[in-house]
Amino acid sequence: MEHSEIMELLPAYVDQELGIAETLTVQRHLDSCPECRREYAEQSALSKRVRTETAYFKAPPDLAARIAAHIPDTLPQDKPRRISLPSFPASWGLSSNLSWLQVGTAMATLLVAVWSAGLYLNLPTADDRITEEAISNHVRSLQADHLTDVASTDQHTVKPWFNGKLNFAPTVIDLAPQGFVLEGGRLDYLDGHPVAALIYRRQKHPINLYIWPANGKDAGPKAESSRGYHVVHWTADEMHYWAVSDVEESELLKFSGILRLATHQ
Amino acid sequence: MTDPIKNRRFHMLVMPHLNSAFNLACWLTRSRHDAEDLVQEASLRAFRFFDGFHGDDARAWLLTIVRNTFYTWYQENHAQQQNTLFDEEFHSLDTTDAVDMHYRDNNPEKLLLRKDSERQLQQGLAALPLEFREVMVMRELEDLSYKQIAGIVGIPIGTVMSRLGRGRKLLAKILAPANQGE
Repeated sequence: MEHSEIMELLPAYVDQELGIAETLTVQRHLDSCPECRREYAEQSALSKRVRTETAYFKAPPDLAARIAAHIPDTLPQDKPRRISLPSFPASWGLSSNLSWLQVGTAMATLLVAVWSAGLYLNLPTADDRITEEAISNHVRSLQADHLTDVASTDQHTVKPWFNGKLNFAPTVIDLAPQGFVLEGGRLDYLDGHPVAALIYRRQKHPINLYIWPANGKDAGPKAESSRGYHVVHWTADEMHYWAVSDVEESELLKFSGILRLATHQ
Repeated sequence: MTDPIKNRRFHMLVMPHLNSAFNLACWLTRSRHDAEDLVQEASLRAFRFFDGFHGDDARAWLLTIVRNTFYTWYQENHAQQQNTLFDEEFHSLDTTDAVDMHYRDNNPEKLLLRKDSERQLQQGLAALPLEFREVMVMRELEDLSYKQIAGIVGIPIGTVMSRLGRGRKLLAKILAPANQGE
């Protein structure tokens, strides 16, 4: 590839959006071209500056409520709608002249009620339940401004902090070189157990990683999504790992991949 | 689809992305007040069209609607105003509620210098022409992929790349004279 073509690809190289072949071509060219090296350095420096120094405008707290007020028949979040079964006529079973038409109507109503109940009560699996619980914990940890009990980017500070607080020792690894910065740890409660919560940050997105002992076999990573959050969970070396965040699912899968590699070599 | 289910799905899928919508809206309108109106209108529009959403990327979908709503509004009312509006509006764009940037360094002099350079960066980014500003915000602040940005803006991925490249160069140029004084 020519110098000018490489120059055009540099933004995507900075953003790690190139394929492997193109990435290698650009890398080779950079080794031999000071002009492109300068351009690359400028692009990535500016990108980093914008990412770290520019304000992120959070929606004012009342905006969601104002929008909700304009949506007809808005339901409160997190609360499944109550199902009211149709009340049967008081004469049910007592009346001697119950017409079949009435029975038919009642049956139809009951059928509709059962069907719509089925939509809401779609029996959740254990994984679904933990997913919901993990997401709620994640959201709460952000709302209450209680993300970390021990704030440190040093894995050798965070790991010993759990000593005496849990009956197991979670593996704590900083993944800052891979773009997932360890920010600290916290005690939390999930699926009926006290669990270790490690907090990582991917750019501006916090990731909560919940760890607790497992009895079962190893299980590969599984991704789930709910309420706009992504969850990736796996079981390895008799530990459950559940990662929750609002980053892209692909990013969260990458996080789990790196972590699994780092922990279970 | 019955209304309660639509409502619930909307709350679960779309409403969690209100911060992203508001952030983009702030950077497009350069006014917190206009951004609130814009996000409100876009969200209601999103709800109206929610039956047509079948994808899995609710954030990109909402941002597309925010952007489209903005451009309709911009072309109708503010095409001439935006440039003049900017000066007074942006200086008053209150960043105190913006996400705290966790300073580890508490040296007041350094802090002041840094605040100053942040202010310049803030104004520099806001001064970029819309076509560059929007892709910069989506990439650097929302961390969207080229593919997502291409989908939202309705341009090829290659154009996303070149706009980001040119946008960064332009911003560097805007900031350069200010940096020489330091």
